[in-house]
Amino acid sequence: MTKYALKDDGVVVVIGSGAGGGTLANELCQKGVQVVLLEAGKHTPRESFVNDEWPAFGQLSWLDKRTASGGWRVAKDFPGLPAWICKTVGGSTVHWAGASLRLQPHEFRVRSEYGNIDGANLLDWPLTLKDLEPYYAKAEDKMGVTRTNGIPGLPGCTNFKVMHAGATKLGYKQCHTGRMAINSRPRDGRAGCLQLGFCFQGCKSGAKWSTLYTEIPKAEATGKLDLRPESQVLKIQHDKAGKVSGVLYSDAAGKQHVQKARAVCVAGNSIETPRLLLNSASSMYPDGLANSSGQVGRNYMRHMTGSVYGVFEKPVRMWRGTTMAGIIADESINDPKRGFVGGYEMETLSLGLPFMAAFLDPGAWGEGFTSAMDNYQYMAGMWLVGEDMPQESNRITLHPDEKDQYGLPIPDVAFTDHPNDIAMREHAFKQGSAVYTAAGAKTNYRVPPYPSTHNLGSCRMSARAQDGVCNGFGQSHDVPNLFISDGSQFTTGGAENPTLTIVTLAIRQADYVSQQMNARAI
Amino acid sequence: MLDDDLTRRDFIKTSGTMLIGTLAASSGALSVLAPTTTWALELTKLDADSGKVILQVTRHILPHKTLDDAVYALVVKDLDKAAASDAATAALLQGGVASLNKKAKGDWLALSKEKQFDLVKQMSDTEFFEKIRSTAIVSLYNNEMAWAHFGYEGPSWPKGGYLNRGFQDLDWLPNPPADASPPPA
Repeated sequence: MTKYALKDDGVVVVIGSGAGGGTLANELCQKGVQVVLLEAGKHTPRESFVNDEWPAFGQLSWLDKRTASGGWRVAKDFPGLPAWICKTVGGSTVHWAGASLRLQPHEFRVRSEYGNIDGANLLDWPLTLKDLEPYYAKAEDKMGVTRTNGIPGLPGCTNFKVMHAGATKLGYKQCHTGRMAINSRPRDGRAGCLQLGFCFQGCKSGAKWSTLYTEIPKAEATGKLDLRPESQVLKIQHDKAGKVSGVLYSDAAGKQHVQKARAVCVAGNSIETPRLLLNSASSMYPDGLANSSGQVGRNYMRHMTGSVYGVFEKPVRMWRGTTMAGIIADESINDPKRGFVGGYEMETLSLGLPFMAAFLDPGAWGEGFTSAMDNYQYMAGMWLVGEDMPQESNRITLHPDEKDQYGLPIPDVAFTDHPNDIAMREHAFKQGSAVYTAAGAKTNYRVPPYPSTHNLGSCRMSARAQDGVCNGFGQSHDVPNLFISDGSQFTTGGAENPTLTIVTLAIRQADYVSQQMNARAI
Repeated sequence: MLDDDLTRRDFIKTSGTMLIGTLAASSGALSVLAPTTTWALELTKLDADSGKVILQVTRHILPHKTLDDAVYALVVKDLDKAAASDAATAALLQGGVASLNKKAKGDWLALSKEKQFDLVKQMSDTEFFEKIRSTAIVSLYNNEMAWAHFGYEGPSWPKGGYLNRGFQDLDWLPNPPADASPPPA
């Protein structure tokens, strides 16, 4: 394994090994760039994944102290778990469902399309779909996305059959088994899908793309990658000129080191990324690194979400097969006549019995709750995921009192739905229920949002430095050799699951970073 | 020669902090999964009477009529474990049981199910109630006996997943066309 010296200031330090960081690290290594990849979590090999929801949750999740505040129900039901994301090599690509959808053209220019919306801090992206198209194509090929590159779609499981029957009766036209980064055939050294049904618990067959067993080993094979698991970055340091010069991190034994760097790319997911910038405040940057706009941590988005579970006369056994087994895309358009701007996707989802109990109606008890649980094997399920409005007051801040195991302030995640989010959720609940009723459901349950899985926007891209944290390449406006490399960059969220776009931006950023290095601009 | 059942009964008789029960004849799946048709639960911190009260409180909070006491006992076991490692939790649980008995003017367990429920409901905003509820919401549904009861099939990896074991096994709706759901490889 390649090892770089702590004093080696020629390396690029990438923080976080998920969709953004893991991909960026590999892309840079392929270009010959020397990369130190710091990952807070452990290396958890695929063989050790467990088909059991609570143990897997304990094995993979980010469980360091965090608080949730604001008007969302998660703050009440899961005050210590605002987000359901991972702390492990591979990050949340270990846990993700695999849905890989491109953003739509209008979703890059929502301020222009939607106009001014009260309370929403809308902004157009500083790039267009056209800029991203060649990179989307590379990402889809890299990840093996079904229904692209001649890869057949996955076969639909029982949960999809129910969705499709209802969608057809309702007149929806775009219902299929989705564009999934899950092999429908063996590809790129990975197996085809076995329909295990435990996508969220880490894919034991490796059919689902994860940086853990794709990007990271490929990067290691170049001899350019120095991966350091269990390395929690505490602070990004800078020199007198204001450029970043290295990072202070703690290793597994709690010993602190400084790794020097030519450039630093932050991909800690949209809670840890702004937290790290805020925790890196100095006399030169008293409000935190890259925060001259005051936008670090703000405009946090988590997608409008909700779920509908329909109960049928006969068993569905929705757990048999891929967790996200199909999609209805008809509602993803922007049609303000529905009473809200933006759109949403309807995607099948199943939870095992343990998580169904935890998430069906958090805090509930008594016969209403248990009679729903009694119907578990008769349920079909779908997740509703749509564009939410960026709001300045939805933000990641440093907790005033509480500290983590390193003595640093923990993050607080404040979120309150925008009226547009509420109107969209209501519409989505109605349509989701209508799908299942059309397929013969006798009861539908509306399930509130789970702790956030799509964390976005807290260090957003903007054309002007005063409106955001980074430019269209993720390069921070204030510090030229500091990059944002995860979903924090998103100017707005779109309706689509974000991973494909995060990977796409990482591939594009790698081109830019290496060009900047070659040009000696950084 | 020792008779296993006899030994078990003797053991139960001599232990003061055991919850005992017999798996209901109706739950065939459970008698396969449970080690014997008689189950016993040893408590380390809580006394047996408190264990019985907490089990019954759990049944009121998450009432599944045909779910066996043996599954509810797993909740009591987890609460007992929490009580053994944390004095405040032990005090909370013991205090809650005492409070129920006080409200019942003696023996809460001796009340009718309706009266028991009324008193549990009165306590629904207490820490005692919430401790039991939040433990039960995990423990009650996180074991193989519950999975069998509710029809959930648990881990699929050891069996090769569902690709050749019924992932499309639903015959009461039309099959989607091949462009929506291509055939398996």
